[in-house]
Amino acid sequence: MDDLYRELILDHYQHPHNHGEIPDADISYEDSNPLCGDRIRIDIKLKGNIVEDVKFNGKGCAISQASASMLTDELIGKSLDDIKKMDKQFILDMLGIPLGPTRIKCALLPLKVLKAGVYGIHTWPDDEEE
Amino acid sequence: MPLMGLNVSAIREDFPILQQTVNGKPLIYLDSAATSQKPEAVIRAMDTYYRQTNANIHRGVYALAEQATEQYEAARRKIQKFINAKSYREIIYTRNATEAINLVAYSWGRANIREGDSLVLTLLEHHAILVPWQRLAQEKNARLEFIGIDHQGRLRLEDIETRITEKTKLVAVTMASNVTGTLTPIREVIVRAHSVGACVMVDAAQAVPHLPVDVQSLDCDFLAFSGHKMLGPFVGVLYGKRALLETMEPFLAGGDMIRQVYLDHSTWNELPWKFEAGTPAIAEAIGLGAAVDYLTALGMDNVRAHEQELTAYALEKFRTLDGVRVLGPSDAAERGGVIAFDISGVHPHDVAQIFDREGLCVRAGHHCAMPLHEHYGLAATTRASFYVYNTLEEVDVLVETIRKVQSIFKPR
Repeated sequence: MDDLYRELILDHYQHPHNHGEIPDADISYEDSNPLCGDRIRIDIKLKGNIVEDVKFNGKGCAISQASASMLTDELIGKSLDDIKKMDKQFILDMLGIPLGPTRIKCALLPLKVLKAGVYGIHTWPDDEEE
Repeated sequence: MPLMGLNVSAIREDFPILQQTVNGKPLIYLDSAATSQKPEAVIRAMDTYYRQTNANIHRGVYALAEQATEQYEAARRKIQKFINAKSYREIIYTRNATEAINLVAYSWGRANIREGDSLVLTLLEHHAILVPWQRLAQEKNARLEFIGIDHQGRLRLEDIETRITEKTKLVAVTMASNVTGTLTPIREVIVRAHSVGACVMVDAAQAVPHLPVDVQSLDCDFLAFSGHKMLGPFVGVLYGKRALLETMEPFLAGGDMIRQVYLDHSTWNELPWKFEAGTPAIAEAIGLGAAVDYLTALGMDNVRAHEQELTAYALEKFRTLDGVRVLGPSDAAERGGVIAFDISGVHPHDVAQIFDREGLCVRAGHHCAMPLHEHYGLAATTRASFYVYNTLEEVDVLVETIRKVQSIFKPR
């Protein structure tokens, strides 16, 4: 009945993949969206340049949590260079749902956390446009 | 079902914005605690000002400027009567309620709060009143203390006695919470504060629009509210006792707030203009005057009765829902027309999104009360709030839509 709350999204929200923590993670980063309180933490274990394991933890709306769940599914076996290439469009294609200007922030939070953790980028490149 | 006191279908006709549909559904506006809708009379008052009497106020000697000044000052007197202030000099136009509170924290607070003094607030406070006093307390090395709440979001009466002490110089308290809806025992707080010689600042942003407020009977020292939450445009109001306002230094400096300006010093205008630097929001002030006329014609007792009936009805319906937690008092007599709730397993942003599909406007978030949400262990809630144009049928749609949300988010 609802484009936004597709079965796939709700499934990831209620049964998130890669949920948890990695105590001896090589990369850990956490951030939140101050407007709605969505919070995501991502832990990554590397083998060389390759993601060997990834876990996320967080609280928030269905969109942000499903986005984190689906994004982490994509990461295992990827190199840090692959991660660098992931962009906004990658997330939008992955979710496959129409998102307005408010909810797009929810959807992109996990990628923002991932990039900040991997590269220490603390501001989203598009923030200035808003 | 007819509601007490108000002819809601006639009222609804006065609000152009309510005549539209959203996503093919009639617009149901349940976010008046954030900002209210505006009746034709308010829109027309501002439109007429811009079309017929637009000029800057004060000092102009031509007819237009005189008319603009007259209308701006007439609106002030309407506001004065509406809250029963002793003098029009006690009514100061501000940008919003937040600015009104900042004015007091800056002008009164800086001169009167010293190291070691105690400032008492409550756990219910909106960031608009918490943050200005928090900042002042840090600057002055003063202590912040808080009156706590019970399991129904009501102020702990024993805290009113124990927190407000001889060391207390200021008590800043909401009259009606924008989250729990709690109507605070404002008189008891004011009496207690005055008994120890403390000054009282009341946040009435959720009170003045919804119930009769009489500042002389309350005996509060300062009271802030905003026009846009009471059917008016975006302008705020500060009420202050004249004796206090007279002793205070100006907040913003500039034109209009001066009596004489020399190159090296200036003297200040008389009240209330001492606190109205620069060209104010003239059309908005005039619009607020029209909103006050509108509310006065409805009668604030009727407005309160209507909202109380809607709230009682909503609370009763909410009790039939499983997995929904409503914050605040269970008795509608103890609360304003604000219902913040949590649906188990569903984030408020998702709730608000699904509501939007049904034409319902509700707010999701911490409603500028993060410490209060922290107290409840919630990051955010969904809030529905009522006003003169809302109906029992809209409450039914609200409850039905919660069921719809629960069915979309049913455990799978």
